Amino acid sequence: MSVLIFVELDNGTIKKTSQEAIFYGAKVADMLQTSATVLAIGQASEEALSSAGKFGAAKVLHAADDKLNHENSLAYADVLTQAVQQEGSKVVVMAKSGLGDAVAARSAAKLKASVVSGVTDLPEVTGGFKVKRGIYTGKAFATVEVKSDIKVLVVKKNAVEVAENDGNAQVESFSPTLRDSDFAATVKEVQKASSELSLTEADIIVSGGRGMKGPENWDPLVDLANALGAATGCSKPVSDLDWRPHHEHIGQTGIKVAPNLYIACGISGAIQHLAGVNGSKCIVVINKDPEAPFFKAADYGIVGDVFDVLPRLTKAVEATK
Amino acid sequence: MKILVCITNVPDTTAKISFTDNNTKFNKAGVQYIIGPYDDYALARAVELKEAQGGTITVLHVGEADSDPQIRKALAIGADDAIRVNTEPADSYYVATQIAHIAQQNSYDLILMGRESIDFNSGVVHGLVGEMLGIPSFSPVMKLDIKDGKAEFAREIDGGKEYLEATLPLVLGCQEPIAEWKIPNMRGIMTARTKPLQVVEPVSVDDMTSLESYSLPAPKGECKMIPVEEAEKLITLLRTEAKVL
Repeated sequence: MSVLIFVELDNGTIKKTSQEAIFYGAKVADMLQTSATVLAIGQASEEALSSAGKFGAAKVLHAADDKLNHENSLAYADVLTQAVQQEGSKVVVMAKSGLGDAVAARSAAKLKASVVSGVTDLPEVTGGFKVKRGIYTGKAFATVEVKSDIKVLVVKKNAVEVAENDGNAQVESFSPTLRDSDFAATVKEVQKASSELSLTEADIIVSGGRGMKGPENWDPLVDLANALGAATGCSKPVSDLDWRPHHEHIGQTGIKVAPNLYIACGISGAIQHLAGVNGSKCIVVINKDPEAPFFKAADYGIVGDVFDVLPRLTKAVEATK
Repeated sequence: MKILVCITNVPDTTAKISFTDNNTKFNKAGVQYIIGPYDDYALARAVELKEAQGGTITVLHVGEADSDPQIRKALAIGADDAIRVNTEPADSYYVATQIAHIAQQNSYDLILMGRESIDFNSGVVHGLVGEMLGIPSFSPVMKLDIKDGKAEFAREIDGGKEYLEATLPLVLGCQEPIAEWKIPNMRGIMTARTKPLQVVEPVSVDDMTSLESYSLPAPKGECKMIPVEEAEKLITLLRTEAKVL
């Protein structure tokens, strides 16, 4: 009846957002006086997987069938469902992502479980199981009571403040039954910038808008991002104009991010862009227009020319490293 | 080809969000409603596929009568008929059960919807519907072509995209740039008035979740302005004050 946490792997290590999900799941397990079990699908070393213990997991189920190496929400949902049934879990936790939502949805339908996506806080478990989630693209929250026997929670980044301990989880191999229907899609091609830091995982994001004036002017922004170890993003007009690739588009109809630090360069701050960044802990806005609406949503602001300010910030970061 | 496009009726992206009835009801006063932006992409691609290959498009909405203007707009954009399940949607599972029930009666080749609604942002209805119908589901889909009963499509993944192929029927959650949004023309608006809009009652679903209350985020503090000539100070403040570096 342990709490089961589905984690995503990236090159054999547990993704940062999934580490948060483990920590969240372990906290819920404490509340329910049970233990936390992790399900990891794909290739990873025993050492990498046992590190789940640092975030509070007691056990890791590892499904390492080669057929599961490529991210596949149909198969992963099938594997997760079988793990939930084996463990008798009543609460299932995973990090919010395209894959997380898809796996949550399909396994919830198999398990006749309710699925709550976008959870922003630990649940309350006395007098019903109540959980808070983000709605209206981060502009509000809803607290809902979850009544079904099995509950699937999809947790947003920064829902909990992670504290590591020195525990190790015990790794067990898990061999689910795979069906032909789990492999209904043929993968033709994968285009992935493997060296790039992913926006949803990044702690710091430096993002550019139309104020950057053209794709050829991105160097100072990228330099600052590199100095900070940050990912780069952009506003919708910038990706619409093909100045930057679509997967960098942050906003209402793009990627929603929740970094610790978001630095917006030459972005005016349309409400649709703000909807994609309102989960950020700290927002810095650099814009030469003092009336830019983004300043109202910012923690720190600089009214100035991005091409003057960005190189100076990069120098300041490098000088004090 | 029979296409079902599921649409949501949601507050405009610029709407001010507030609540009434002791924070248990969304305040609709003065709020402009629109077809969910992602659903609009799904509908636009459906219309393009129909124009190129023939077929029919049915629009499905789970909601009350105040959604009818948005359903009529979808008909004006190019859907042939519409079904509204007359109910106040309770949660994702509830909505998915209604959609799956309609789909079981009509055997669609393709069920399209947005990757998520912009009011509740769950992004799980397509997956739930797919599993309830026992057919594959994929999201977020940003490119879609149909050839010989097969879908060739691209999904956005972390830091890139993947190209997939699968046999119909399928459920797909869509997002840009799958198609350009379409604006209804005058002829569309006129014909939409007489296209069939069937209103059906919901099937019963076990009570899975219930709303306790809504809340708004804590108001944001003042923005600390740093004079441009001292821009470098920002890095120090981020380290020592905000503690994010």
